[in-house]
Amino acid sequence: MRRAVLALALSLLLAAPAAGSAVQPVPKTTVNEVEGEVMCPVCGTLLELADSPQARREKVFVAKLVAAGKSKSEVKDALVAQYGEEVLATPEASGFDLSAYLVPILAILVAAVALAYSVVRWRRNSEPGGGPTGGAGAQPPRGEDAERLEADLSRYDL
Amino acid sequence: MGTRSFLAVLAVLAVIGLLAFGLLNKGATKIAVGDPVPDKTLPKLPGPGSGSIADYRGEWVLVNLWASWCEPCREEAPVLEDFYRRNRDRDTTVLGIDVQDNEDDALAFLNEHPSGYPQLRSVGNERSKAFGSTGVPENFLVDPRGRLALVWRGPVDDRFLAEEVEPLIEGKQ
Repeated sequence: MRRAVLALALSLLLAAPAAGSAVQPVPKTTVNEVEGEVMCPVCGTLLELADSPQARREKVFVAKLVAAGKSKSEVKDALVAQYGEEVLATPEASGFDLSAYLVPILAILVAAVALAYSVVRWRRNSEPGGGPTGGAGAQPPRGEDAERLEADLSRYDL
Repeated sequence: MGTRSFLAVLAVLAVIGLLAFGLLNKGATKIAVGDPVPDKTLPKLPGPGSGSIADYRGEWVLVNLWASWCEPCREEAPVLEDFYRRNRDRDTTVLGIDVQDNEDDALAFLNEHPSGYPQLRSVGNERSKAFGSTGVPENFLVDPRGRLALVWRGPVDDRFLAEEVEPLIEGKQ
């Protein structure tokens, strides 16, 4: 009986560290990775660059969640729940901040239209007889033009 | 005017319009004495439940914007608690609004500096913007009709409360 109790106690003792390590969460992201993508809302800078009292508390909050095995998106969600949308480094998709997404798209569209227009014009000018410079297949002058050209060229004959 | 010039002018006007809209949209709200106090229903701290400044209509309310990470807020907390205890029987209360903070830190602050007066919590900068706030702590005295009677952008002390706030409550100013 005594041996059985000792064996049970020993097995529990040996199992304890294993059980402890089993519940230890595995980090899914790093503090640096999160801090590089969220803001210190009070300072208006990236959290990784901030050292204000608010930023220091926010960093502790992030570190706790990372140590608890939360993913980057889960940490960001928790930050938004505590500090609001301003904590995200990306602009909101509403109000004036929406222009951060729309302006580049509009700029690309305008540039594409301008480029297409320029290409069409350039090609039209390159076609035979299509522009002021003519081309490889330009028609020779006729009638009065031909006579004047001939006269001009003969004046330069050496 | 050629098509090109017209498009150039249109582009310049669009950029100017966008900048103007941005400036107007981002500008902090300006509030002044006599204005209706900006109000919103907020969660109580600690929960459950919610509250707003309008819950105290008919009373003087000293609205205090604070955050747990703000050192002057720690110095101000006992002063506000004393003011509340001295004046709560004179239809006067203090209403704390925690801003730009996380809830656990805010609760730890309240454990350290227990307040007999009600506390609300605003997520992020939203209430700070509504009050045109530039930092914490800031204090706003609201009269019984819900209008701003005093705006103080900084911490209060006993002298300020005795000389600036209590005379208004007592109707001496």
